[in-house]
Amino acid sequence: MIQSYPYKIFPLGDSGITIDFGNVIDEQINQYIISLFQYMSDHPLPYQKEIVSSFSSITIYYHLYNLRKNVETYSTAYEWMKEKLISSLDFDLQNNRVEERVIRIPVCYEKEFATDIELLATEKKISVAEIIQLHTSVNYRVYMLGFLHGFAYMGITDEQLDYARKKQPESIKAGSVGIAGRQTGIYPIDSPGGWQIIGRTPIKMFDREKEEITFLKAGDTVQFYSITSEEFYSLNKTPPLPRERGLGGEA
Amino acid sequence: MSLKILKAGILDTIQDEGRFGYQHLGINPGGAMDLLAMQTANLLVANEMNKPVIEFFYPAAEIFFEKNALIAITGANFSPTLNGHRIKNGVPLMVKKKSVLAFSKKKNGQCCYLTVQGGFNLLPWLNSNSTNLKAMAGGYEGRKLMKGDILEFDADFKNERLKKNDFYKLPWRSVCFNNESAEDEIFVIPGNEWDYLTAQSKKNFTNKKFLTDVSSDRMGYRLKGENLVSANKEELISSAVNFGTIQLLPNGELIVLMADSQTTGGYPRVAHIISAHLSKLSQKQPGSTIKFTIVNQQTAENLFVKQQLHLQQLKNGCNFRLQQFFK
Repeated sequence: MIQSYPYKIFPLGDSGITIDFGNVIDEQINQYIISLFQYMSDHPLPYQKEIVSSFSSITIYYHLYNLRKNVETYSTAYEWMKEKLISSLDFDLQNNRVEERVIRIPVCYEKEFATDIELLATEKKISVAEIIQLHTSVNYRVYMLGFLHGFAYMGITDEQLDYARKKQPESIKAGSVGIAGRQTGIYPIDSPGGWQIIGRTPIKMFDREKEEITFLKAGDTVQFYSITSEEFYSLNKTPPLPRERGLGGEA
Repeated sequence: MSLKILKAGILDTIQDEGRFGYQHLGINPGGAMDLLAMQTANLLVANEMNKPVIEFFYPAAEIFFEKNALIAITGANFSPTLNGHRIKNGVPLMVKKKSVLAFSKKKNGQCCYLTVQGGFNLLPWLNSNSTNLKAMAGGYEGRKLMKGDILEFDADFKNERLKKNDFYKLPWRSVCFNNESAEDEIFVIPGNEWDYLTAQSKKNFTNKKFLTDVSSDRMGYRLKGENLVSANKEELISSAVNFGTIQLLPNGELIVLMADSQTTGGYPRVAHIISAHLSKLSQKQPGSTIKFTIVNQQTAENLFVKQQLHLQQLKNGCNFRLQQFFK
């Protein structure tokens, strides 16, 4: 059982609490995290403000003032939340099925979009065709969304594609498909970023007007397939978003 | 017909308390940098605390009032003037139509807030009016305010005091919240990766002073000072970070994540600014000195509760005075 995995609970500031199942990217742990996230979204704790899931942890932000106003028997709101959080770990996984989606995403791996693919080929001593083949032959899991709205952290890539992110963030176009370590991801908007870019998708990863604002969500399975630039342009009818300003993030 | 931007400032956006419930999609809460000042502005004119306000950085916008308004300006002191006459922060002010609000000099602080009684008529995005510049959504068309923009508000009133004067200062004001610390002292609680720091770095964190860097913005305040060393070289996978999280960057520098921070990050979280001190930190101009003091969870919570009680008092006081005044 997953519950036997060791975990640690700690405060994230004075109005957040995190339960962490270790510094690992593990499909089983992540599956449990997403179930727990689902359960706690559907059955929020009292004073829960919002809940965020990551690879192997869940963070709950809570209404500190309201909690402290109404709960007087605990020395801190944190202690109270901790107790509630631990008791909700007993939820029934079986009755809490998470929707499983398989999503196919077209990617154009041609040179005009794949700004780092040749460097990667040289460094990893494989051909561009092999990179495309390796990238499209794996089913990826969306472990979490973060960094930017709609940015999905996916893994795990073939070990032949394992490559460190750039030292300095560069400006990256919306739709760019990148790799970093054993992860792959898609930039939802033009942004500074450090992932090695091997292609671009015409699919919008984020649409503020839609009911489902982000194209992907944690727990999805993603398959990439290769398209030509003609196909890319015929699918990509939307004008590019204007360039962004601001500090570079670490993704 | 309401309020018009005559001249754009460097970064004037609509903000409220923030957008919550979407961080799992990577959508950050945003919201005012100095929540306390933003909430105070609203309370001064008897608004709900969460009404959208304009947040200004310096240089700030110049604004034309097309109709009478009851306004309040709080936060940083940018030397506000109305038709050239100096006006004050932290007081409710009746403004006569066809007046011009301008800000002539940055005296102290970083972020300044303007609210009007009744609030602006704006369409929320995901239950909030905060401007998300990256997503280009929320606030005013998802962007900073520009010349010619018009913000509508419903409230309108006639008052005989405005017959003779361009503006009239109502006879009460907000007092500063006493956060029981020195001007440059910022309280923090240790983060989960606090123990990554070497013993010497832990000492330096609390004993040395840090300077806020010029590259600071709504996403983060970078700090200059003694570089800190992590004894743990293990790479961290991304997990939640929030407004007030202090991350240790690979080069040994610290960054405090601010209102527009990312939802998740992978740098060690050495500490978190306590909620009650975020207002104070947000008003630090580049080059300001800050000194960290570690407090425990209970102190952090108690100070926040105190701050909220202070706001409640202000709310009751302002509502009462306003009712009396317009009776």
